[in-house]
Amino acid sequence: MQLRPDKPWTPLTAEAVARLPGQLGVYQIADADGAVVHINYAGGRSRFGLRSALEDELAARPAGHRFRVEINMQYMTRYQELLMLHQADTGSLPRDNAANPPPRLGRLSPR
Amino acid sequence: MDFDPSDEQQMLIDNVRRFVREEILPLEAKLDPDASELDPKDHARLVEKTKAMGLYGIDIPHEFGGPDIDIVTRTLLAIEMAQHRAGLYAPCYGTFGGAGLAQLFEANEDQKERYLFPTLRGEKKAFFGLTEPSGGSDPARAIRTRAERKDNGWVINGSKIFISGADRAQYGIVFARTDASKGRGGITCFIVDHDTPGFHVRRVVHTLRSSSYATELEFKDCWVSDHQVLGEVNKGFAVANDRLTRQRIPYAAGCIGVAIAAHEMAIEWSKMRETFGARLSDRQAIQWMLVDNELDIRTARLFTLQAAEKARRGVPFRTEAAIAKLTASEGGWRVVDRSMQIHGGMGMTKDLPLERWYREMRIRRVGEGPSEVQRMLIAREVLGTSVR
Repeated sequence: MQLRPDKPWTPLTAEAVARLPGQLGVYQIADADGAVVHINYAGGRSRFGLRSALEDELAARPAGHRFRVEINMQYMTRYQELLMLHQADTGSLPRDNAANPPPRLGRLSPR
Repeated sequence: MDFDPSDEQQMLIDNVRRFVREEILPLEAKLDPDASELDPKDHARLVEKTKAMGLYGIDIPHEFGGPDIDIVTRTLLAIEMAQHRAGLYAPCYGTFGGAGLAQLFEANEDQKERYLFPTLRGEKKAFFGLTEPSGGSDPARAIRTRAERKDNGWVINGSKIFISGADRAQYGIVFARTDASKGRGGITCFIVDHDTPGFHVRRVVHTLRSSSYATELEFKDCWVSDHQVLGEVNKGFAVANDRLTRQRIPYAAGCIGVAIAAHEMAIEWSKMRETFGARLSDRQAIQWMLVDNELDIRTARLFTLQAAEKARRGVPFRTEAAIAKLTASEGGWRVVDRSMQIHGGMGMTKDLPLERWYREMRIRRVGEGPSEVQRMLIAREVLGTSVR
């Protein structure tokens, strides 16, 4: 597992989301300019894991967004790690996470 | 020795049991199965309840404002507090408060003002920086992080791993070698603020404990003043060792609590589930698994309360703490494993807490000193040998 996700972005479309697995994991959403706007996870109470989590994202967002996923049973700690990495790299949380930040997020200073 | 709870202890146990069932379990049912934190509003509300119960800050010594409850009673309550999904590592989600780092009770007055009291008031969080990439079971020899004298202070260089909470803490206790020629007599304990130049939380370390992570730390020319030395120079190992011994009792209690919860689930399920025309509980194979669960729980409970009783009386309890930690972590893991077997396929799912307990309980055989180190400690007493 790469510290920072490096998979290619996929357009957030119904077809692409339908191909996603039902497994648990984390995902990122980017806007049309490539800026990461949301980091989240598909946890143990999701209906169909990443697929249903991204279906919810698709329904809530206008066209033009992109996504990438990472299947990961350590989805909660990986989610927090991705938020901390984003904060360390850019100085702030992704736009949608900043609106509702997780309580007591830690600080990382990665190499 | 009789470890049946007194009337007063039983009343406290009943109060905590009711709190777990009426306050914690309903909230937990709505959380992610791997969650280890409540919504801050729920947490604050429940803290007010534990304060009203007179049990907030239960592990804080009475002279520092904690309730006047002895360690045997605290152990009985810790067994109750662990009996929910997140209970092994986040008993009651921290709503009974914490004691911070016990070493700070030995700090000087200035350090108490700057670190201990803000921690007890919940204003500061701390981490405990002992384990290094070179090993954790034998810290006296494994510590390679070094601190050298410079400008009325010390320059720390090195790294630590498997450190919980360092990314969220305002300060931590860090052990470093200050005299390379003296083995365990050459280690000093420092208090390091999180914003000290040269202190870095480099990465998250993911483990089986998927609800929360450990971290890896780096100290790069990290200068701290003499005022940050906790205790005496070159006497830090005693500080670490005392903590490791004391921590084994609540550590064991948490394992017992989870084992009891898993066992109760297995009993209930075995009475409901039918296969080939009979209930599971009617089958000898299942009965024997339940009996083995009961034996493991009772054994661990007796040894843990015995260690707590010795600690209460102020007599040496290092061997008893090792026996408690060993029997509770190994026995508790077996209980969870058997309870999963009895539940069959459902036992493997995130619908039930068993799979989380199974993963987290596995860590307990390594954390706070692995089983092999506990056996080594016990062997020293059996053989009458001293520490090498």
